[in-house]
Amino acid sequence: MSIRILGIETSGPLASVALLKDGEVQGMKVGEFKVTHSETLMPMIDELVKETGMKLESLDAIAVSAGPGSFTGLRIGSATAKGLGMALNKPLIHIPTLHGMAYNLLGHSGFIVPMIDARRGTVYTGIFTFVLRADNTIDFEVFQDTCVMSIEELMERLELLTSLDGNPPPVVFLGDGLFEYHEKIDQLATFDYQYAPDEAMIQRADTVALLGQLFFYHGMTVPADQEAPDYLQKSQAERVKEEKEQK
Amino acid sequence: MAKIKKEKKLNRLYKAKEKVGGGITMLSIETSCDETAAAVTVNGRQVLSNAIYSQIDLHTIYGGVVPEIASRAHIEKINQIVQKALDDAGKTLDDMDAVAVTYGPGLVGALLVGVAFAKAVAFAKNIPLVGVHHIKGHVCANYIEYPELEPPFLCLVASGGHTHLVKAVSYTDYEIIGRTRDDAAGEAYDKIARAIGLGYPGGPKVEKAAHNGDPHAFEFPRAKIAENPYDFSFSGVKSAVLNTINSYKMKGIEIDEKFQADIAASFQQDVVDTMKERVLMALDEFGMDKFAMAGGVASNQTLRAALKEAVEGAGASFYCPSPILCTDNAAMIGAAGYYEFINGKRAGLDLNAVPGLKLE
Repeated sequence: MSIRILGIETSGPLASVALLKDGEVQGMKVGEFKVTHSETLMPMIDELVKETGMKLESLDAIAVSAGPGSFTGLRIGSATAKGLGMALNKPLIHIPTLHGMAYNLLGHSGFIVPMIDARRGTVYTGIFTFVLRADNTIDFEVFQDTCVMSIEELMERLELLTSLDGNPPPVVFLGDGLFEYHEKIDQLATFDYQYAPDEAMIQRADTVALLGQLFFYHGMTVPADQEAPDYLQKSQAERVKEEKEQK
Repeated sequence: MAKIKKEKKLNRLYKAKEKVGGGITMLSIETSCDETAAAVTVNGRQVLSNAIYSQIDLHTIYGGVVPEIASRAHIEKINQIVQKALDDAGKTLDDMDAVAVTYGPGLVGALLVGVAFAKAVAFAKNIPLVGVHHIKGHVCANYIEYPELEPPFLCLVASGGHTHLVKAVSYTDYEIIGRTRDDAAGEAYDKIARAIGLGYPGGPKVEKAAHNGDPHAFEFPRAKIAENPYDFSFSGVKSAVLNTINSYKMKGIEIDEKFQADIAASFQQDVVDTMKERVLMALDEFGMDKFAMAGGVASNQTLRAALKEAVEGAGASFYCPSPILCTDNAAMIGAAGYYEFINGKRAGLDLNAVPGLKLE
């Protein structure tokens, strides 16, 4: 039996969609800068379905990048996935955006550190790695799961983690948070590091679909009506209210 | 060219279906502000279901609608509300001939949830999608309430976000005669309610307080706009109310229930008078014999009664939907969507939310 997954990624500045069949990417569409995800997402799915000849009804599940990221972007992807899931009667797969990004570097043995700008001097980030086991399987290990952190705190954490290993492989940074913070990293790093190659730099729908397939194997699906993004931040109004109450 | 031909053919098919009594069954979705709503309608005027999830409790503590909170609540509730609308109607998505969705005006983040969801459903079910103007939806709520009503008629749309005096020229075309220069009528009610300590939402609270007040206790200014006598302005009356409150406070006079009631009644009298004046003037100038109200503020019983009396006194017929059709709801989007649909309007998969969508 073959497994077919539609991957949707709208958390960052570039939206993308991908169709996966038995672990093979059948096709991927990437949007354009300066055109809203709202305008590009559905036409891309339409093209993808037409070009691959894959029937929507034959999908097993729809994997959606669930955050953190742009609030509006996340909701466009989520609402689209929820509408497709309801109309097609298919389950959704809730993919943590930073895990999806780490899978851009599947197999890398050093620490993988994706980052998305969270404003006010902080990033949405995490620390992950892939471990090759003796039986040739690869495990995804989470040292720090998705969180909001200042860049300084993140660098301290990495310094500690790398110091525990005599000769660690380079840390790899990726994500559009680097546009804002690469100089800070260059300045603060006390360990060997590199930036991800261009094609692995930002969120991609094909890795969302790939990770989606893995989740699907493990039965980790959600009904369409239960899916919602993980924003990791409260709304501005809620934050202001809480600050006032603390005073 | 081929596409146009295909659409014409489809329109003929839909018309034929209508003639044999099949009717156009439509799913409609509305998420422009703080109501997550879905409905199932047949031929626009027959409402099979009208499901609404009101988020008002989420926003009350902030004294108004918080856009980010509204958008988050929409995404959490959209599937359940659409499912409820289908269940209440005894239908499934497979029974739908088309999907209609509000794409503006409204809060962009809130609109986007409905638009993205509606596009996905229409695409997956391979049925046409229609984008609907929110204000046209409010006007069309009257077609649901009054099966005999036909355009043209004059309509006053007043809500928390809009105040428009429009001519419904046809089922799909509108001419704006007047609009507010500053606050919407409902927004003015909210601000007055806050100033006299009644809280949010202001509309029903001010109306309730006004019952026990003297509408002539204070004479607030009746706004007049030189360039267009049909335009509204509520900032003048709002300032006058705030000044009155301040002068009382400075004199050390306590703001008691009597004062609240008098302020509320006098403010409401101001709104009633300015609306009445414009409506009567427009009926006369444009030779219209039908007048309809729409929007959340049309739920205000005092305003309804005053405009009914004035309009009927001028020899015109008066229309106003039930409160459930005045508040933001999706049945009205189904009514407006149906008329856009049979007029051949279709939205593409690139339909976007347009927060400042124009009416004309």
